[in-house]
Amino acid sequence: MAHTLSPPAAAVQNELPATLPARLLQNTLNNRSLTIGLLIIVSLGVVALLAPWLAPHDPYLQNTANRMVPPIWHETGSWTHPLGTDRLGRDYLSRLIFGARISLFIGLVVALISGLIGTTLGVLAGYFGGRVDAVVSYLLTTRLAMPVVLVALAMASLIGGSMLTVTLLLGLLLWDRFAVVARSATQQLRDAEYVQAAQALGCPLHYILLREVLPNIAGALIVVATLEVANAILLEATLSFLGMGVQPPSPSWGLMIAEGKAYMFFQPWVITIPGAALFILVLAINLLGDGLRDLSAPGGRNE
Amino acid sequence: MSSAANPRDPLALELCSLSKTFKLGGGMLHKSQTLKAVNDVSLRVPRGQVMGLVGESGCGKSTLAKMLLGLTKPSSGDVLINGKAIVNANQKALARHIQPIFQDPYSSLNPRQRIAQIVGLPLRIHAIGTPKEQALKVEEMLDMVGLPKRAAQQYPGQMSGGQRQRVAIARALIMRPDLVICDEPTSALDVSVQAQILNLLLDLKDEFGLTYLFISHDLAVVEHLADRLAVMYLGRIVEEGTREQIFNAPRHPYTQALLASALTPEPGLGVPDIGLGAGQPDPTQPPSGCAFHPRCPVAKPQCSQQSPALSAIAQGATQATHQSSQARVACHFA
Amino acid sequence: MSNLSTAERSAAPTSPLLTVKQLRVDLPVAKGTLHAVRGIDFHVERGEMLCLVGESGCGKSMTSLALMGLLPGKAQINADCLNFDGVNLLTVSERERSNLRGARMAMIFQEPMTALNPAYTLGNQLCEALLRHQRVSRKAAHDRALYLLERVGISAAEERMRQYPHQLSGGLRQRVMIAMALMCEPDLIIADEPTTALDVTIQAQILHLLRDLQQEFGTAIIFITHDLGVVARIADRVAVMYAGEVIETASAQALFNAPSHPYTQGLLRCIPTPGKTLPGSRLQAIPGVVPSLIDKVEGCAFCNRCDQADERCYSTPPLQTVAEGHLSRCHFAHQLANPANLNAQEVTL
Repeated sequence: MAHTLSPPAAAVQNELPATLPARLLQNTLNNRSLTIGLLIIVSLGVVALLAPWLAPHDPYLQNTANRMVPPIWHETGSWTHPLGTDRLGRDYLSRLIFGARISLFIGLVVALISGLIGTTLGVLAGYFGGRVDAVVSYLLTTRLAMPVVLVALAMASLIGGSMLTVTLLLGLLLWDRFAVVARSATQQLRDAEYVQAAQALGCPLHYILLREVLPNIAGALIVVATLEVANAILLEATLSFLGMGVQPPSPSWGLMIAEGKAYMFFQPWVITIPGAALFILVLAINLLGDGLRDLSAPGGRNE
Repeated sequence: MSSAANPRDPLALELCSLSKTFKLGGGMLHKSQTLKAVNDVSLRVPRGQVMGLVGESGCGKSTLAKMLLGLTKPSSGDVLINGKAIVNANQKALARHIQPIFQDPYSSLNPRQRIAQIVGLPLRIHAIGTPKEQALKVEEMLDMVGLPKRAAQQYPGQMSGGQRQRVAIARALIMRPDLVICDEPTSALDVSVQAQILNLLLDLKDEFGLTYLFISHDLAVVEHLADRLAVMYLGRIVEEGTREQIFNAPRHPYTQALLASALTPEPGLGVPDIGLGAGQPDPTQPPSGCAFHPRCPVAKPQCSQQSPALSAIAQGATQATHQSSQARVACHFA
Repeated sequence: MSNLSTAERSAAPTSPLLTVKQLRVDLPVAKGTLHAVRGIDFHVERGEMLCLVGESGCGKSMTSLALMGLLPGKAQINADCLNFDGVNLLTVSERERSNLRGARMAMIFQEPMTALNPAYTLGNQLCEALLRHQRVSRKAAHDRALYLLERVGISAAEERMRQYPHQLSGGLRQRVMIAMALMCEPDLIIADEPTTALDVTIQAQILHLLRDLQQEFGTAIIFITHDLGVVARIADRVAVMYAGEVIETASAQALFNAPSHPYTQGLLRCIPTPGKTLPGSRLQAIPGVVPSLIDKVEGCAFCNRCDQADERCYSTPPLQTVAEGHLSRCHFAHQLANPANLNAQEVTL
């Protein structure tokens, strides 16, 4: 009987690159902030991964004879320590490179933990509404009423600061934005006809949530995730600076700033170098987030 | 072909005093209101026929459709599909018999999935056949709704509205249900595409022996498609009968107004004055008695006090009144 | 254009109220330039109802926005002539334009909720529409608003004036929009699908009202719709649009009784019409879809869906006069308009 049917539209295909990856690549290159952000983050990631091979010195090795060597652009600088040494004579460049590991690790793991918590709560609240929503909203307002830095400081001082504590604490504290975004995005999708169609088919709940809802809110969540990575990195630096985060002698960037603060009026580079590193990383992540937001709208596949 | 239907049951669908009440608002400061979205609806849909369901927005037709699909639980009453009650039925078992086609082909397809995934989903969920058989079936189904093979690898965003509606139809029919709920399937489409989709729906109905519940506000489309017709107003059915009965001799003043307000493309006739008041009633505070009386051009005092029952019209003593051909109307003066 | 003479009904000046010649609207989009409107000609006489009819994406809404000066900033608008009662709309300053808008040209939108400000009462918004353009007292504005609300069929108008838009049903809101459009007694109202979002009974009431008011106030209306049923019942003249062009203009009688473009004919055939189409029979659908307007369209835009097309259709068809005031953009317009040919076609259906 098919031949009796009216012929389907012939000319609908717009000129699109054939495959999805190719199209993604092209869209990415068209988006300048995304390209720059991605470039910086990827190179920082590579540096962090290859730290043991890239770092010219052992970041923990103290050399009291070589304390406070200024970086290379100073008259007294030398190529042995391109970014100088700190007050214990440890090579600043090596510490910076190993510090990238800490920042990126904490940023990613915190975003992962808080993303998992927040997305789960938000999707459930948005999908079921009613009492589930009331409970999640209550949790959310409670969480929003807590000052993150203060609570993290108090908890860290109780448990004792370490990289693990900071990661877990921040992971448990930073899920609010995920939950808010996931909740409202899910609410909009709950009544979408394709979700209803899946319900009418008898699709199990996990299928509907994971396959129908989640992919369609993922774009918004990825944007939140990038912002939270940046947020977590800054908070880690804050906590480490205040002495309740990563403990010495670990080369956290926040800790490096804290350790250098006594010298900052005479040797400003001890804090500007880790400060600049932090600034560049956070900026790059935010650029990436901005770019992803433009890219992730499914409208990009329409028109 | 059609799965597990009881072929002896002449009714594909039967609704017995179906009602749905929603509680609205009811926050800390507001008193909650009740909305009787569907109120005591009884309806029988014979197998192989198209039952048209018309009414204004907010009259409860979409809530009715949701209850039939098992997406909302009725507050009271029964839904029988092929003679079996569905109220406590498993959603999967229900899905084999009844499938929806929605209004908006832009929101009824998941934008993140390929067409092959969307159309094949029912088979995967119900574990029908091997992946290879499923893929073949998807291809066959796409061909039946007039889509080219390469459509399977596309995303909904790459298709026109008419093509998307074809995909939605393919998804609804791939498990060969007995009953399809068409919820305004062409109202989001352009007229030239609407005709393509209506033709397709009619072809597929004959091909698979389907029964349609066709919800629409477009009376011309309903008249073209429906064998029987039910008219809803504020949650109730006010008139029901065969196409000829309703279109040739409407009894209820609301049906009459509805038919009068359908604008056929005939120049020179002008816009009729249908003589209804300007106000639409608030469904949370339905008028007393007959819900239509504030707008009714022939209302009498008794209409505001007594609610008319939906009763069969006596069509002269000689008329053989076979139950399914009887027209019913809810009006004191029908 | 001048040989179109539906001007009998316009009393005073002989020139049309609105003349549009070769209007083009181009929109930059991600993949190039969207030629939304591709050189259209039409005119509106004083006090007439012109229906612009076409399917989604045909450029009818873009045309109305271009006339009102409400196109997005990145849109490019070109025309040989865009003349509203002696004012050149192409060169008019933004200030003069906003004086025109509301006072002499008003617009009614499809969704009144987006056009009404939810933060102000209806009375406030109605009076403001008048006070912005005319030197009248608040009392006079209030009285006029009251009169118009009653005139558009709103009971308890005094009370409604104090209400906010969300307290009204869709039908009532559209009545308020009509009252607001009439506040300054404009010469032209552009109504963009004003009844599409409404129920059929409400639609009939609103259309009835619009027709009445138009005759009472002598306002010209450009009524934009996709619904041929509506067009047949309310239009004086009709312009059918397809792919950014006006492909046929005629009086409503002529268009429905002797359509002279294959697209118009196809549209009329594919809607189910009681008494004409047999219930349950196959409808005569127009195959295919509208061409993309992003690239340049060569020749007749309809030729890939047209069952009459031949090699002539690769060249752009001129606008042909098939009868007085009846123009069709088709190479075969004369054959199609010929009744003998039409009868022969009906036999073959």
